[in-house]
Amino acid sequence: MTADRVSYTLDSTLETVNNAEETASRMAAEAGFDDEEIMKISMAVREGAVNAVLHGNAYDPNKKVTLAFELTVHDLVIVIRDQGKGLDVSRIPDPLAPDNLMKTSGRGIFLIRSFMDVVEIHPSQTGTELRMIKHVHGNPADSKEAPQ
Amino acid sequence: MTMKSSTRQVDGVTIVDLSGRITLGEGSVVLRETVRDLLSKGQKKILLNLGDVNYIDSSGIGELVSAFTTAKNQGGDLKLLNLTKKVHDLLQITKLYTVFDVKDDEAAGVKSFS
Repeated sequence: MTADRVSYTLDSTLETVNNAEETASRMAAEAGFDDEEIMKISMAVREGAVNAVLHGNAYDPNKKVTLAFELTVHDLVIVIRDQGKGLDVSRIPDPLAPDNLMKTSGRGIFLIRSFMDVVEIHPSQTGTELRMIKHVHGNPADSKEAPQ
Repeated sequence: MTMKSSTRQVDGVTIVDLSGRITLGEGSVVLRETVRDLLSKGQKKILLNLGDVNYIDSSGIGELVSAFTTAKNQGGDLKLLNLTKKVHDLLQITKLYTVFDVKDDEAAGVKSFS
């Protein structure tokens, strides 16, 4: 199996969010995804980058965001790491719950899970790793979400 | 990448024509300040024309919710007009499509305020 892997180390800025989205869009296009899938992948990466920059690193100029893409025969694997305190997965709200429906935030992880085939969140004391997989050409070995 | 906003009056309704992206940062701020400015001037019937909004992220969705709630809390009303497929799909996924009053015809949208 051949694999192409590329990794970026980025500042904790809004520009990083936009760059991550654009890079994801380009990688997804190169992987052969159609326009709708490209939009979903790039939006998932944007949301992941927002979480890393805002909630993880809290715009701290001393903290970096790592963004990595790996294209295998079957998958586009995207990993975003921050250097924050570690996301408390148990506190991620369900934005579809009636009490949360009209809240002005809290939809990022939900959208990521909606758009990607596999989503894993690995928090630690040194940061959070978000691993997302989109199967190439509709690989049937789907599982919507891996155990965390 | 930026978002543009312009307003016009039709039969007592303020139509806000938005174009570009409503995302974290500039796009969300433009929307927030536009709606806040209208409400402060007493223009409380607001129709957001999203026909040229080609992208919206979770922050932008939150900003739409905020604009809707703010307008309601001030005795006004805010409706959405001309959703693109992307924005329509996002509102469906997030179950907000039925929360917002969504119109696909401007004249009917304006009339619905009366």
